[in-house]
Amino acid sequence: MTILLMLVQIIVLFVLVMLHVAYATYFERKIIGHMQVRLGPMQVGWHGLLQPIADGIKSFFKEDIIPEQADRPTFMAAPIICLVAMMTSLAVLPFAKGWVLADINIGLLFIFAMSSLASYGVVLAGWASNSKFSFLGGLRSMAQVISYEIAMGLSLVGVMLMSGSLNLTQIVEAQGNSILGMYLLPQCIGFFVFFISMLAETNRVPFDLPEAETELVSGYCTEYSGMRYAIFFMAEYIGMMVMAAIGTVCFLGGWNGPFAVPFFPPLWFLLKIYLFMFIFIWIRATLPRYRYDQLMDLGWKLLIPLALVNIVVTACLKAMIG
Amino acid sequence: MTPPLKQTLEIPVADGEAERYSLRMGPQHPATHGVLRVDLELDGETIIECKPQVGYLHRGFEKLAENRTYSQALILTDRLDYIAAMANNVGYCLAVEKLLAISVPLRAQYIRTLVCEMSRLCSHLLWLATHALDIGAMTVFLYCFREREILLDLFEELCGARLTFSYPRIGGVRQDVTSYFIDELQRFLDIFPSRIAEYETLIDTNRIWLKRTVGVGVVSGDQALALGLTGACLRGSGVDYDLRKHQPYDAYDQVEFEVPLGSDGDIYARYRCRMEEMHQSVHIIQQCIDQLPPGPIIGLDAPDLVMPNKVPARIEAGSSTYGTGLIRLIRDRDLYLSGDIYVATEVPKGELGFYFISDGNNRPYRMHIRSPSFIHIGALATIAKGEMLADLIANIGSLDVVLGESDR
Amino acid sequence: MESMAIADRLRAEFPDEFLDTVTHQGQTAVIIRPGRIVAILRWLRDTDDLRLNHLRSLCGVDNVRRKDPRLSRFEVVYNLYSIPLRHEIRIRAEVGDKEPAIDSVVGLWSGANWLERETYDLMGISFNGHPDLRRVLLPEDWKGHPLRKEYPLKGKEEWTGITELLEKIKELDQHGFDPAGHAHGQNQPDEEEP
Repeated sequence: MTILLMLVQIIVLFVLVMLHVAYATYFERKIIGHMQVRLGPMQVGWHGLLQPIADGIKSFFKEDIIPEQADRPTFMAAPIICLVAMMTSLAVLPFAKGWVLADINIGLLFIFAMSSLASYGVVLAGWASNSKFSFLGGLRSMAQVISYEIAMGLSLVGVMLMSGSLNLTQIVEAQGNSILGMYLLPQCIGFFVFFISMLAETNRVPFDLPEAETELVSGYCTEYSGMRYAIFFMAEYIGMMVMAAIGTVCFLGGWNGPFAVPFFPPLWFLLKIYLFMFIFIWIRATLPRYRYDQLMDLGWKLLIPLALVNIVVTACLKAMIG
Repeated sequence: MTPPLKQTLEIPVADGEAERYSLRMGPQHPATHGVLRVDLELDGETIIECKPQVGYLHRGFEKLAENRTYSQALILTDRLDYIAAMANNVGYCLAVEKLLAISVPLRAQYIRTLVCEMSRLCSHLLWLATHALDIGAMTVFLYCFREREILLDLFEELCGARLTFSYPRIGGVRQDVTSYFIDELQRFLDIFPSRIAEYETLIDTNRIWLKRTVGVGVVSGDQALALGLTGACLRGSGVDYDLRKHQPYDAYDQVEFEVPLGSDGDIYARYRCRMEEMHQSVHIIQQCIDQLPPGPIIGLDAPDLVMPNKVPARIEAGSSTYGTGLIRLIRDRDLYLSGDIYVATEVPKGELGFYFISDGNNRPYRMHIRSPSFIHIGALATIAKGEMLADLIANIGSLDVVLGESDR
Repeated sequence: MESMAIADRLRAEFPDEFLDTVTHQGQTAVIIRPGRIVAILRWLRDTDDLRLNHLRSLCGVDNVRRKDPRLSRFEVVYNLYSIPLRHEIRIRAEVGDKEPAIDSVVGLWSGANWLERETYDLMGISFNGHPDLRRVLLPEDWKGHPLRKEYPLKGKEEWTGITELLEKIKELDQHGFDPAGHAHGQNQPDEEEP
């Protein structure tokens, strides 16, 4: 019976997340559209509301092209690796108190593990396409993931030290006592490093080098089309959502808000996630793109040292205050 | 299933040499501004060798022009730099006028100066849009198109076309400006400086933009001269060469403007030069509107289509067969002098020169077009060598090339 | 300095190379022999009171229909301009009737590289000492030089490369590269999927 209940919960979460992904693209297109003095999708449905559905149907029925020289099994597996890894991380996210599929003790580590796995998908896609642009995209992605995973992991150590746990639910509960009910102020350096690494980790502007369209055509997904391309797209948006959720859980106090919402406890959590998503999109509309070597410089020379300083300072303060 | 073709990603490595990765960018590529192909040899992402290839858009204009009359060849120049077709038309007309000693009324000169500068704004806006997009700043792209749209609408009001104008004529211009055109242009001039400020707030002080442009693609003044760079690419390196000042044509000696100069010769210097040029263009257009003299818009000796009331008496008698609207002048052998001439104008991309040889016939004996884009692409190999792949994209954008002009 | 004065200086400096001057609409051209073109242009570029440091254009001309006995069949025209001193001169080098050739000026202006390639490509004038004398605008295997006067406006024949391209497409088809025939409009959608 519990297994059945679990299955139902998984399916509900899956459907909701898929819908969310579809409308996240709409959200992004509308916001960027209005920032760029245009309207965004307007044709399908009222103010283009059905556009994501139409896009989904279109990519589903599109011809599936696999290049002659591609490594077929890897080529086909790559997008699925991305999607599976990203979807799996959703299991440990606490949307509200008790609203979590798997409340495991190493939740934060689990998410790290999964997001690293997702980058394998990107690297393999670049390799398996047997296209020069894809290959460069895959290489860039590999270098970027190695540098920024470290910075991101280190930036969250401060949070782990303060809360004394890796369990996401406990991290949220531990924040109740600090200023504003969140770790944003005590861990501001950590948050800064985390936020930048988060952009890099999800391949968003200004760190969208693996798929920099003006340099590498479309980077690792140059050779992908139809549904396989859509799967990469979905994985990217779920990735954004997962990263936004980690940010919310670790720095913005998770589901805690100024007042408790009856009937729908995850409201604050969702609002905070949307805030992050909005900032993602806002940055995309504003900033140019870094160059590959500058990205590496930023990661290794600024973010990692900052994160290390943050750990030392947090540890010392924790030892002194208790 | 037949065996696959022999083609894999294996990279041959010679002893003691860096691994080379050859990459063919283009002719279909989002950032090559048309059909430019660049064959690259890469070490990681550093460019060891860069070989630009052009010719995909070669239409043989120089050969075609030899088989057309002077006024028929005008339309070929529309298709050179199609971003700023008006400036090419004016350059062509000036060359033919000088070759055949045809005079242009003052009003037409002012109108030409005005449309040339509008063309410059159009071209610089498109350059800024695509240059910023190449570096990743997406919003500037759409902001620039918003203003460019106004300019294109104005061109449409002026001559009915938005891309290939053929508005200037040998000896003048095709139609007079309307008061509606002047009013709308004035409104545009009033808002445009604030719009430039808007682009600048988005990218000019942006750390990432500075990191991508300062110190990248550096060309010294001497090097730029040797490479034949002109326009903002030369001025960004600190060489004061602007044909509007050096060999003033049309009404450029009647208006005041400054020639912005850079000093560092990098992408940022070229960027700043063009941004300042936009301010100067606004200034020039304003003066043209204020000083626009009354009078005819096409010279009486123009070997072209002229309005019936402008037709000189000596030809009027034989021209009744040409309908009521426009009358084609009978080709008068005296109009065509023999000789050769090189006339260059400062188009948005650089120095556009026309070298004409006339043998007294009504068709040019030889027309050579010195197109700045062709020479700039030739210089790309030198500039991009040793830099990163991403800088190549920034360099292509910064040299501001148009393949229609390069390939002719 | 006036263009005529420059021409006189040039005549005094290189009397053996000098052939004639032509003036039209205030622009002066000096017609010279091609032998010492690099020396002449270097002298024009580097002499202190001339400093013609900007090579504005370089092109070839086919004189076959110009009825002027002074001119040979082909000539190469250099338009020079002095940016600091603001004067100009045109140099017309007569390069002969058959197998026209002249020394390359890439050593003086590296930007002349592509201009000379273009002249070679379209006019068939070769440049001695050019580092990379290949066609630039036309395909490598193009026959003839279109800007020569005997070359017909519509071209002589179809470019041979097009037949090779069509054969290449057939060869790719054999490998199942394009089963639906999208590339050349023969839509046969029921063929085997790869």
